[in-house]
Amino acid sequence: MTDGGRMPIASNADVVAVRQQVRAVAIEAGMSLIDQTKVVTAASELARNVLVHAGGGRVTVEVVDDGRRRGLRLAFSDEGPGIADVEQALVDGYTTGPGLGLGLGGSRRLVDQFDLTSAPGEGTTIVVTKWARG
Amino acid sequence: MNVHADVARRRIEELLGTSDEQILRRWSALAKAPVDELKELYQALRTALAEEGSDLADIRGLLAELSRDRVRRGHTPSDTARAVFGLKEAVYEVVEADGGPEALRGFIWFSRLIDDLGLYTIETYATAREKVILDQAEQLLELSTPVVKLWDGIVAVPLVGTLDSARTQVVMEKLLQTLVDTGSEHAVIDITGVPAVDTQVAQHLLKTVVAARLMGAECVISGISPQIAYTIVTLGIEFGDIVTKATLADALAYTLRRSGIEFGEGRRTQIAIRAEDA
Ligand SMILES: Nc1ncnc2c1ncn2[C@@H]1O[C@H](COP(=O)(O)OP(=O)(O)O)[C@@H](O)[C@H]1O
Ligand SMILES: [Mg+2]
Repeated sequence: MTDGGRMPIASNADVVAVRQQVRAVAIEAGMSLIDQTKVVTAASELARNVLVHAGGGRVTVEVVDDGRRRGLRLAFSDEGPGIADVEQALVDGYTTGPGLGLGLGGSRRLVDQFDLTSAPGEGTTIVVTKWARG
Repeated sequence: MNVHADVARRRIEELLGTSDEQILRRWSALAKAPVDELKELYQALRTALAEEGSDLADIRGLLAELSRDRVRRGHTPSDTARAVFGLKEAVYEVVEADGGPEALRGFIWFSRLIDDLGLYTIETYATAREKVILDQAEQLLELSTPVVKLWDGIVAVPLVGTLDSARTQVVMEKLLQTLVDTGSEHAVIDITGVPAVDTQVAQHLLKTVVAARLMGAECVISGISPQIAYTIVTLGIEFGDIVTKATLADALAYTLRRSGIEFGEGRRTQIAIRAEDA
């Protein structure tokens, strides 16, 4: 992995690498198989969005601990066109491309915390957190 | 070219002719290559030098061939470059023995020429190796996505590992092609070995099923683990009326029944397929 858990997202191979890294860190954080799969799938969606809709960016992957439990925090950021109507983008089936339009809404449901910051022309930042249960 | 330089260059050409056996033997030892392999290069070099204003195209062609051959045989780039640079040292020994000022001056010119050819060799080596690596990656892609015939009229593709979009597409195209080639009407896509299904992979799967239908074939998806079933549902992906089965065996049993294959009593007890309750 690159410094401080930061990984570039500039190609399909990078999306695969992000997925594999998130899986490895999720195991390290003690997540169950189902939680690993959820967070890996969310990471795959958001990384691909960065690549497809913003032409590239990066993600920071880190283990977090709130004193009671451990979890995973992923921060995606790009300098792409940004999202004008965030509410609309989160609606299932809404897409401006050839995809299914389920990535944003779906990944929000797959994680515990989902913070999206975006404005037209200012890029997009999405920070998600998934806690390990039990 | 001034007169001095011309005389110097001609002296080297003379030495290349009169001492050819000695140079070749020494070069062969330095380059760790058989004399026969180097002889052709040596002749091409002499011919090119004798020709006024030659662009060395022939010798470059031979060097490119040498590089490709070395890549195939697993030689390192430095070994390959050394094979060319070895000629400098071999010629220098002859120049030193000659001791004349023309020969020494000529050697500087010759040395530059060999440097150029050596760099060209390294370049072609790199290109050839890149091509080999690309070919291997492609082969691996093919190899890691086998479409197998399960039964007459039934083909299956077991998907294993991380599905990046390139691989998913290759697999799906290969599956559709195999349906045509084998005249099969049933396909099983088994995703037991897939760690995660995101919307893009799901979309590839859905498209394949629809394409297969257009071709008159029916697809069954098997091996959906509980965690993948859960994420697919959470993402909101709808598989519609696509038939899914828990295991590859269940899927085979289902497709066998759909294609009207019946087993005799004896057979049924031998084969671990629950054709009845699938
Ligand atoms: N990083 C991003 N930068 C700009 N636009 C984005 C980004 N991520 C998502 N979007 C917008 O939100 C829409 C919905 O995204 P998503 O739900 O993942 O569906 P899909 O990727 O299939 O289009 C996209 O079509 C795109 O217009
Ligand atoms: Mg998306």
